Amino acid sequence: MKHYQLIVIGGGPAGLAAAIAAWNAGLREVLIIERDQVLGGILNQCIHNGFGLTHFKEELTGPEYAGRFIDQLAQTGVEVKCDTMVLQLTQDRQVICTGPAGYEILHAQSIVLAMGCRERTRGAIQTPGDRPAGIYTAGTAQRYLNIEGYMVGKRVVILGSGDIGLIMARRMTLEGAKVLACVEVMPHSSGLTRNIVQCLHDYDIPLYLSHTVTDIRGHGRLEQLVVSEVDANRKPIPGTEMIFDCDTLLLSVGLLPENELTRMAGIEMDPRTNGAVVFENNETSIPGIFSCGNVLQVHDLVDFVSAEAIRAGEAAATYVLHPGEGSGEVLTVGPGLDVSYTVPQRIRPAQAGAGVEIFFRVRRVTGSAVILVRCGEQVVAKFRREHMAPGEMEHIRVPKALLPQGPAHLEVSIEEAAQ
Amino acid sequence: MREVICIVCPRGCRLQVDETSYAVTGNHCERGADYGAQEVKAPTRTLTSTVRLTGSHILRRCPVKTNGTIPKALMLDAAKALDAIEVSVPVHVGQVLVENLLGTGVALVATRAINE
Repeated sequence: MKHYQLIVIGGGPAGLAAAIAAWNAGLREVLIIERDQVLGGILNQCIHNGFGLTHFKEELTGPEYAGRFIDQLAQTGVEVKCDTMVLQLTQDRQVICTGPAGYEILHAQSIVLAMGCRERTRGAIQTPGDRPAGIYTAGTAQRYLNIEGYMVGKRVVILGSGDIGLIMARRMTLEGAKVLACVEVMPHSSGLTRNIVQCLHDYDIPLYLSHTVTDIRGHGRLEQLVVSEVDANRKPIPGTEMIFDCDTLLLSVGLLPENELTRMAGIEMDPRTNGAVVFENNETSIPGIFSCGNVLQVHDLVDFVSAEAIRAGEAAATYVLHPGEGSGEVLTVGPGLDVSYTVPQRIRPAQAGAGVEIFFRVRRVTGSAVILVRCGEQVVAKFRREHMAPGEMEHIRVPKALLPQGPAHLEVSIEEAAQ
Repeated sequence: MREVICIVCPRGCRLQVDETSYAVTGNHCERGADYGAQEVKAPTRTLTSTVRLTGSHILRRCPVKTNGTIPKALMLDAAKALDAIEVSVPVHVGQVLVENLLGTGVALVATRAINE
């Protein structure tokens, strides 16, 4: 059985940044396992620009952003196994994988989970109607178009206003398709405002908020979609039906972290994020196993994935090089009013450094509001925001001095300022 | 006054742009001021797409971008013009594929290193 100091599972943006950070922090036996033939993950098909403004201070396309990290990795001695699938991860950090080298059992002192997400599918949202060809998840269509070079359709409707769906609306338009509408069941878009502007407004593509697909019709190939307005409980309103003649439906209805390996290892999961429960240093409930990137929580920006992965990679290095520093009191963290989740869910103040960053999403769009961190009745910290939306991940930094002593529960909630 | 939503970064500031003086308010950075003024004067965008790739045994398309912004009105024509372009391996990031795309003075460059 071959041994490593660190095995990183996944060679996308999170895995690349984690491996490089661990190398820079002093680890020398590091392996990345990637199931695709090449490194870079989903960035390879995200050929649009807008990446890197935070991390590199310049605007890059997805392949360029990945390329920067792949070039950095080449300067290290990190070993890479592509075309290799991890089949199982055990509690004692054995990694069982299969690839060009055959079936292998590897062992590592530390693991970084960086498997990313897959898309929610038609089955996950239970659309009604026929089962014709022409219905794709937006990311699958993106791969066909940008990597394989195939157009998936000519008259397109997009269900869901996630960023990938918006980006595909523009991409399909530029390649000559007619995008008839983008349909979103919620009263607000789940994508970034800039993408609504540059992908929909620029090409006069209507966005129907509080609408959903209520019938799918077609024999062999998709022919017609029925779209209806929904009420406040997301129930279709009879009499509001619109019919679109189209051959393609793209689904951009959310992402699911790919945590099969995490669950298999018996790591504690958070049902709110569908990711692992982690401490302030991204360590999971099993010591020495860390999680970062979209497999931990679905991010809006790859720059934030990189930042989180760097923290996880450094934490893995600390775990290996300076063992025994992972003890002390534990605080739990969770969401309160109008907050859907928090990451991390556990904090060890002794390990918190100068402070702890807490990431979360709000449940609704707000104007001017305060973010409150409470311990019981007491408000521990307050942060002001001019505007918040579910589509934009929030983060706060709580200084160590404000963290309560001893075991306690911190609750993150928001309160909108009175008009 | 015209309201423009800034697309320079994910923050998405709501800019108020004066249509005669091009003065911008509501921006949180200098780039936002430049964007707001440009958007009202003559909107421009970066085009990203792919072109045909030969000689690779893994990939069929090479991702590309305009190495600067081009007039927004030219986006569809520029995308169509890429149909005629072909590149063969090896490709390096930033490799110029067209020096002056549709007379805009802006180059089309590769965005991915492809060696095999």
